[in-house]
Amino acid sequence: MSAIEVRGLTIALRDGSPIVKDATFDLEPGQVLGVVGESGSGKSTMSLAMLGYARHGARITAGQVLIDGTDVLALGPRALRRHRGNVVAYVPQDPATALNPALRIGVQLAEVLEGDAKEVDARIREVLGAVGLPSDDAFLHRRPRELSGGQQQRVALAMAVAPRPRLTVLDEPTTGLDVTTQARVLALVARLCADNQMAAIYVSHDLAVIGEVADRVAVMYGGMIVEAGPTKQVVARPAHPYTRALLAAVPSARERMRLTSIPGRAPGVQDTHPGCVFAPRCAFATDECTTGAPSLIELVPGHSARCLRAEELPERPRQSATAPASAVQEAAPGDTPLLRVRDLAAGYRDRQVLFDVSFDVVEGECLAVVGESGSGKTTMSRSLIGLQERWGGTVELGGTPLAPAAARRDPDQRRSMQYIFQNPYGSLNPRATVGDCVAEPLRHFFALGAKAARARVAELLERVELPGHLASRYPAELSGGQRQRVAIARALGCAPTVLICDEVTSALDVSVQAAIVELLRGLLNDGLGMVFVTHNLAVVRSLADSVIVLSEGHVVEHGGTDTVLTEPRHAYTKALLADTLEVSAAG
Amino acid sequence: MVAELTGATRSAGPRRSLTRRRSATVPGRIGWIVAQAIAMLFVVTTLVFFATQAMPGDVAKVMLGMSATPERVEALRHQLGLDRSLLSQYWHWLSGVLSGDLGTSLASGRPVSQLLGERLVNSATLSLFAVVLILPLSLLIGILAAQFKDSLFDRTFLWSSMVANALADFVVGTLLVALFGTTVFHWFPPVSLIPAEHMPWWHPQALVLPVATLVIGGVMYLSRLIRVSFIDVLNSEYVEMARLKGLGSARILLTHALPNALAPAVPAASLVAAFTVGGVVVVEYLFGYPGIGGLLIDSISNRDLPVIQAVVLVIAAVYYFFNLLADLLHTGKSGERR
Repeated sequence: MSAIEVRGLTIALRDGSPIVKDATFDLEPGQVLGVVGESGSGKSTMSLAMLGYARHGARITAGQVLIDGTDVLALGPRALRRHRGNVVAYVPQDPATALNPALRIGVQLAEVLEGDAKEVDARIREVLGAVGLPSDDAFLHRRPRELSGGQQQRVALAMAVAPRPRLTVLDEPTTGLDVTTQARVLALVARLCADNQMAAIYVSHDLAVIGEVADRVAVMYGGMIVEAGPTKQVVARPAHPYTRALLAAVPSARERMRLTSIPGRAPGVQDTHPGCVFAPRCAFATDECTTGAPSLIELVPGHSARCLRAEELPERPRQSATAPASAVQEAAPGDTPLLRVRDLAAGYRDRQVLFDVSFDVVEGECLAVVGESGSGKTTMSRSLIGLQERWGGTVELGGTPLAPAAARRDPDQRRSMQYIFQNPYGSLNPRATVGDCVAEPLRHFFALGAKAARARVAELLERVELPGHLASRYPAELSGGQRQRVAIARALGCAPTVLICDEVTSALDVSVQAAIVELLRGLLNDGLGMVFVTHNLAVVRSLADSVIVLSEGHVVEHGGTDTVLTEPRHAYTKALLADTLEVSAAG
Repeated sequence: MVAELTGATRSAGPRRSLTRRRSATVPGRIGWIVAQAIAMLFVVTTLVFFATQAMPGDVAKVMLGMSATPERVEALRHQLGLDRSLLSQYWHWLSGVLSGDLGTSLASGRPVSQLLGERLVNSATLSLFAVVLILPLSLLIGILAAQFKDSLFDRTFLWSSMVANALADFVVGTLLVALFGTTVFHWFPPVSLIPAEHMPWWHPQALVLPVATLVIGGVMYLSRLIRVSFIDVLNSEYVEMARLKGLGSARILLTHALPNALAPAVPAASLVAAFTVGGVVVVEYLFGYPGIGGLLIDSISNRDLPVIQAVVLVIAAVYYFFNLLADLLHTGKSGERR
């Protein structure tokens, strides 16, 4: 018998439609189970059920969660409360919103522990030390907003492991962090599990992260576990077409490749059809797949997949990941660059955050700006577009110098440089339809009438591969990837020469990221110049022609993508590369 | 243009040019606030002064009655200084105020400060009781309504607060008088008679209905705000996290939710305090309560300018103080967040 057994776990919305169906798995002490899937696959819902918890509107309708023989789902309210935190702990996705802003770190850590004050205090200092944070009184008296994102996540981890739980559920704990911090947090999770003989469930949309941290992996799609097995085996010999598709979407920092996105859209809760839930998007689907739902087939002990063709697929080679991507664009010496930046320096109130940045962007070139959080990359892109006004140096667009503030640039200059924000959930007006949103710059810059604007909107939506009928929808009805496409269409409507992309894929699932990267590649081929700000070196390798690496506001390395990423010279670039995760088939 | 700009930046050195000092020091800020307060009070008294001039009749006519001969009215006007130019009258009054003398009541001949002093104690007592009751009651009702959202209690509260907010203070007061003072029960006096020289707390019975009128208005408004702010906080991720940590409901509500929910409610509370002080005028009139509200209404009907000015000055100053408090609490909070 395993220490943790989950049997037939089913979670449904109030109206009865299931969002997690019949999940079954085992976990041993010290083991990490990776749960991977796209947004809406039910992975967070399933993992929260380990704590006997369902979010508002959902209900655990069937199944058992046995931890050392006790069924968490059968506990009364009082016993369940004792169980939470002490036996099963939770680490949230975004500690910035999940730590209480009004309470000191020390208070939030102490309240999960029982016993006399002295023991509690000693344990707090011990776990803070274990997660690599200072454990002095000054630190305990801080409030969450006085900590960096990485520190906040460590506090959340310390809070989870302090009562020595048997199982910890980690819900995308590194999604908001840059690669360096992510690497540290992942190493920490692995060590904490091993040292404390604690089992963990690690939820993520990124197979590269799961491959790094998990011993076993469960792939979720449409509320079901479609494949489960030892991580190495699942990555090397994926048996479910969905797992194969997810793997093909992960970019690599080692080689430039064309990313393959998964066609279609993840199924909604209401979508029910008789066959396999993945069949509508599956490249291997046969007629049989649309009639009967496949059951979990065990391929070798411990590795199973919910696919009729599970036995034959692992034998096929994985989709060729190294399909030739676009060639690297090199600047010819005589060209006038679209964007020419010299000695750009910028700062806020009492701090300078950017020093002497210089670069050129030519037609069809994608320049990646890489660095950790706080390296000054967002300040740089905001200075270029004129949202950050306190900067010095020269920025020339098409040979004309730009004023620092967007408001003081002429309309043509503003039109020629467009900006796409990181978070498509915040950058679209929730009360405007997609069509209105895309049409607005058309009316503003080109004074198009309603009919002409509508026609142009249809063209633009087609360019970003969105169905035309979405024009009448509101952003809330769209997925994250679709929203980001709308933001891109809106920018393209201005007919820009330079596009500034600020972490445009970091809020998206890996499979959606692949699709957006390929869309941007198409725009580059059309001759657009692009400044692509990111912390993800794998995306850089797939898309960018040249790279500048920013560290603490200084350019520490500048060159062609292949040169910089293959033979990094600066220690900082080397460290960034070392922290970038790879899905290694060999692994 | 850009070349000039960048040239200037360079010569100044990037570090200095790109940074900005925090100019406001603490004494500077306090000085600025005091200056604003004085300017505001000056504007208010000026407006009131000229507004009273626009009213038909003056104190001399009111004092002497309808049958007075024009000669007698003119003599009294001269005696009271009403025949001087407007500006000179205003200057006379203003210089008096600046030297600490609020002047003399034209109607009764008593010093304004003396008249005001007695009444101020009565009004302050009334407002203080009201505010002291409004804050904890709103908090309690707001929290309960949020915690048991959509329950019978919550729906009853929402419905009754809507009705109470829609009714003016004098309607609520009249209903209370009808219910507890006259027609149905005879529990409390419908008119709050407090003899001069008596302290209002010697007559607690007389305070009940006026205080209740003010409290109903304040609580029904403020607890709605607190309810909404609590509901937001209870849906937050940190409250979900607290549940997942296995904390009890009392701890979640009081330690995790309360400080965060109070942040937006505290500035609103000081505004409610300001409204309550303003609402005192109506309520005092309704219950015949001898406070500054009654004094204001009497002095207006007597055209007794020095008294009108003094009362308005006091109410405006209190109002300004609570508004300022709301602003400071609000910016204090957002400054902290930054």
